[in-house]
Amino acid sequence: MYTTEETTLANLPLGRRGIVKSLDAEGIIRRRLLDLGLIPGTVVEPIRKSPAGDPIAFKIRGAVIALRLEEGHRVCVRPL
Amino acid sequence: MGLTYQRSAKRVLRANFVNSPASDYIVALAGNPNTGKSTVFNALTGLKQHTGNWPGKTVIQAYGNYRYKGKMITLVDLPGTYSLFTNSPEEEVARDFICFGEPDVTIVVVDATCLERNLNFVLQVMEITPKTIMCLNLIDEARRRNIHIDYKKLQDKLGVPVIPTAARNGEGLNQLKDTVNRLASGLICPNPRQLRYEDSIEKTIEELAAELIPTLQDRINKRWIALRLIEGDYSVIASIKKYLGSSTFKEEFEYGTDTPRMGCFK
Ligand SMILES: Nc1nc2c(ncn2[C@@H]2O[C@H](COP(=O)(O)OP(=O)(O)OP(=O)(O)O)[C@@H](O)[C@H]2O)c(=O)[nH]1
Ligand SMILES: [Mg+2]
Repeated sequence: MYTTEETTLANLPLGRRGIVKSLDAEGIIRRRLLDLGLIPGTVVEPIRKSPAGDPIAFKIRGAVIALRLEEGHRVCVRPL
Repeated sequence: MGLTYQRSAKRVLRANFVNSPASDYIVALAGNPNTGKSTVFNALTGLKQHTGNWPGKTVIQAYGNYRYKGKMITLVDLPGTYSLFTNSPEEEVARDFICFGEPDVTIVVVDATCLERNLNFVLQVMEITPKTIMCLNLIDEARRRNIHIDYKKLQDKLGVPVIPTAARNGEGLNQLKDTVNRLASGLICPNPRQLRYEDSIEKTIEELAAELIPTLQDRINKRWIALRLIEGDYSVIASIKKYLGSSTFKEEFEYGTDTPRMGCFK
């Protein structure tokens, strides 16, 4: 994927970093994503996929955190 | 009379969490996953709570004792979480202990190699209790990576003590123990920086907090409880009922089910 068009975190290929643009979530899910460090402007990198492709482990602000696909799809990113 | 009541009420509340009547101080260890909480716990208590190089090791809380300058201190090792507000079982354990267990001190263990990501949790704890110490752990690893932290300045900005440590080799732990005793005995009184919300929220906090005084008196942070009520955080309300008695909150405090949770975080 060489495009820099906005997509969701769950669609980023392994090793391709992206910058968080916005969150498509409200309430407790939004709170959870924010508290994991997914604030607009944050650079994130997918580093591992589980065999089934769900969850995916991301490097977020110095910690490795697994997100479920449904969570990953709520984070809009621009690939870097 | 007032004092005696406060003291015994506190003991009753605590008995929900830690059965350690002989201890002088109860101290909680909280923080993000994998920051070295269990390593600090083991180093101070001499116990062997399991540690591991991956997050999520500690699920149930463990407790153990140590002595320092004639005092018996009970240390409670809490599960690591990134938040106190998204209601996973680990978060509820940590949140309820810090809030309703009324520890004499809460040590937030942070990873000095990724300080920024840890500060969010530190602020969440400082919002619950001023009796907070930041344990700036893995300072050896930070040094190795050429990360320099001006912890004096950090301490000034946060308003709580910041103690650099490398728990795995014991560095800084004496200073940590000393600071725990001084804070628990009232020799130092931190003044943590508080988040301010928009005016309309601040106004509601004030009103609710005032209404909470008759029930909570000077126990439990009324500003924090008011914030949770504004959010309509049912999990916290359930904990309030559990630990403070169901009569504490009348139905009117429970807010309608149509109130969206976390309304103010939209
Ligand atoms: N270099 C270094 N490593 C440390 C230090 N403290 C802890 N560690 C290591 O960091 C890893 C995690 O430590 P734990 O004590 O299990 O962390 P925890 O905060 O209890 O983790 P959870 O219970 O999963 O939240 C272990 O491999 C420790 O040996 C330290 O000060 N320096
Ligand atoms: Mg642990």
